Amino acid sequence: MSIATTQKKGFGAVLWDYLTTVDHKKIGNMYIAAGAFFFLIGGLEALIIRIQLIKPENDFISAGLYNEMITMHGTTMIFFAATPILIGFMNAIMPLQIGARDVAFPFLNSLGFWLFFFGGVLLNLSWIFGGGAPDAGWTSYAPLSLQSPGHGVDFYVMGLQLSGAGTLMGGINFIVTIVTMRAPGMTYMRMPLFTWTTFVTSILILFAFPALTVGLFLLMFDRMFGSAFFDVALGGNAIIWQHLFWIFGHPEVYILILPAFGIFSEIIPAFSKKRLFGYTSMVFATFLIAFLGFMVWAHHMFTVGLGPVANAIFAVATMAIAVPTGIKIFNWLATMWGGSITINSAMLWALAFIPSFTIGGMTGVMLGAASADYQYHDTYFVVAHFHYVIVGGVVFGIFAATHYWYPKMFGRILHEGLGKLSFWLFFIGFHLTFFIQHFLGLMGMPRRYWVFLENQGLDTGNLISTIGAFLMGLGTIVVLINVVYTAVKGKKVSGDPWDARTLEWAIPSPPPEYNFKQLPLVRGLDPLWIEKTEGKGKMTPAEPVVDIHMPNGSIYPFIMTIGFFIASIGFIFQVDNNVWLLAVYFGMALALGTMVVRSLKDDHGYHIHKEDLEREAD
Amino acid sequence: MNNENMNIDKINSFQKQQNKEEMKKQIITFVLMIAFTVVAFAVVASGLEAIYAVPLILILAVVQVGFQFYYFMHMKDEGHEVPAALIYGGIWVAILVALTMATIIWW
Ligand code: HEM
Ligand SMILES: [Cu+2]
Repeated sequence: MSIATTQKKGFGAVLWDYLTTVDHKKIGNMYIAAGAFFFLIGGLEALIIRIQLIKPENDFISAGLYNEMITMHGTTMIFFAATPILIGFMNAIMPLQIGARDVAFPFLNSLGFWLFFFGGVLLNLSWIFGGGAPDAGWTSYAPLSLQSPGHGVDFYVMGLQLSGAGTLMGGINFIVTIVTMRAPGMTYMRMPLFTWTTFVTSILILFAFPALTVGLFLLMFDRMFGSAFFDVALGGNAIIWQHLFWIFGHPEVYILILPAFGIFSEIIPAFSKKRLFGYTSMVFATFLIAFLGFMVWAHHMFTVGLGPVANAIFAVATMAIAVPTGIKIFNWLATMWGGSITINSAMLWALAFIPSFTIGGMTGVMLGAASADYQYHDTYFVVAHFHYVIVGGVVFGIFAATHYWYPKMFGRILHEGLGKLSFWLFFIGFHLTFFIQHFLGLMGMPRRYWVFLENQGLDTGNLISTIGAFLMGLGTIVVLINVVYTAVKGKKVSGDPWDARTLEWAIPSPPPEYNFKQLPLVRGLDPLWIEKTEGKGKMTPAEPVVDIHMPNGSIYPFIMTIGFFIASIGFIFQVDNNVWLLAVYFGMALALGTMVVRSLKDDHGYHIHKEDLEREAD
Repeated sequence: MNNENMNIDKINSFQKQQNKEEMKKQIITFVLMIAFTVVAFAVVASGLEAIYAVPLILILAVVQVGFQFYYFMHMKDEGHEVPAALIYGGIWVAILVALTMATIIWW
């Protein structure tokens, strides 16, 4: 009924619907779509980098443009592709897994999305309006970032500030949702692992992002208002930026990988037809990783000259992280042990993840040995390491989640043949690209250089690496084709196409806007599986059919974001001409004014009535 | 019927007792906080040396924050475990950062 009406809506109505929506499922879709868009841009930049490095002393792009490419590639991939796509899955799936009807603050959720999206747009506008994109690396170390001419780095600062605020809101929202909105019977120790990792990731966001915010503020004032926090000549200290960046930066890599761990911890039990091995130790390991993750940031700074004591402490803490990570690896293996395993696209990504990520973890421990890191630091060895963890861990996780949850989110199943094709292209391309880079690095090829010289033993390795990159590109294109094909012609599926275990599979696909007609009663871990083994096959409701309270959509988040967006542009250009301060005032007034209106106007939402609910079929 | 009424009376009087206790605690902490503030000002006014005055005031401040959280913001009541854990987590991270900064940058 409601689906039929959506289909008849015109384009304008659909657009308005998405601009104003506060529904976690639609916001999740938007996060994933926008993240995928930025993933393509970042991928294009990666290919350009690899073309430049295909042969010695290539002049495909200039040195300056090369610096812009690596900076934009890294920044885009971390902040605007990987993070938002994962937040998208958290939005789309986590409330379903705990039996909630929405997140705790639907309005904030929408605001968080728009801030992220316009942050990404702002960053990319630097190509056109910034006199060149930012070029100081995704780490933007001072004093390089202070010296960088043009407005590139200013766009970096304001773009990340906008999207960082959005991410922080998302994190707080998820924490409150998980603490307060679990269905009856859903105790903490019955929560699925993906919900657990969402929870812990959100805590990391809560504590890590403020460090970035502070760092960016200091950089902003140094670049735009003549302060000297990082300017050594005026008594500042450039190392403070590095600390602030990595106090944020290392937890950020766990913000990326923990949700991926969560995804695999859902997929592996579902397709092994066994409950997750060592559930309790998985939860414990997640917390331990988060805890240790805050005490290792200086391993990115071993060569800065912190002194042997500091280096030793951080080296030991770094290596300690391998322990909880190892626990997880063994738990996944033990989950599959003796299970009846189905190998489909989602499971293929999960299986490939285990060895790929383990290699990345191993090189991580190698890098963590402070004295050895003097050799590895800033070589292609580091590039190989973090791509093994980020691509082999996070991107594999994202593709796995896409195949696993697509039926839940859109009611259609992705094409298996295309899924397998994309997997093999990407998987082979990935190892071709990055495995050889370990050796390039060990042979001394430095990172972030735009050319290398002939006859130093680097030629073949780089050629192979570039070929691999194109295979990954092909794999990604096949995934896109698969999504388009499925959207048009894909097979429709029931609510539970995988015969899975957790709550999200107990409701129709795609879920109705209120998710659960009646909140379910949870009787243990893997609640749906419990009902299946006891012959019932569906959840017992914990309440009668009653009116459901829903929040109203709102355009305010969008308007607020536009306000902050305009103000950010004003901040960037007021350096050249004071007139731009008008944009700052106007943008701030728009944003703050909208906040005032929102605070003063009561909005009680609406109810979906019991009678309408009863009329809709089960 | 009668019996039930009696039970409700009992519950009511129990509730009243609780509220009274709670009120008493609130007032005591409120008075204590004012006292702390007065002491802090007095310490400065008395011209005590800075090495003694600063730590003393800091201790008073920490205790006062504790009272604020636990009594006025009800963290002592049940159901506040997660916020408490998060607050302590945040404090821990902040201490760690300040400590490292102090030791490896400025020392
Ligand atoms: C066993 C766990 C890990 C250990 C011991 C480890 C260790 C390290 C070390 C020591 C470095 C610094 C290398 C250098 O610059 O000389 C590094 C860099 C890096 N790691 Fe890891 N790591 C681990 C896991 C991860 C994970 C899970 C991710 C992301 C999902 C990750 C992402 C990165 C990134 C992005 C960099 C490079 C940052 C840059 O300089 O641009 N690491 N890792
Ligand atoms: Cu790190």
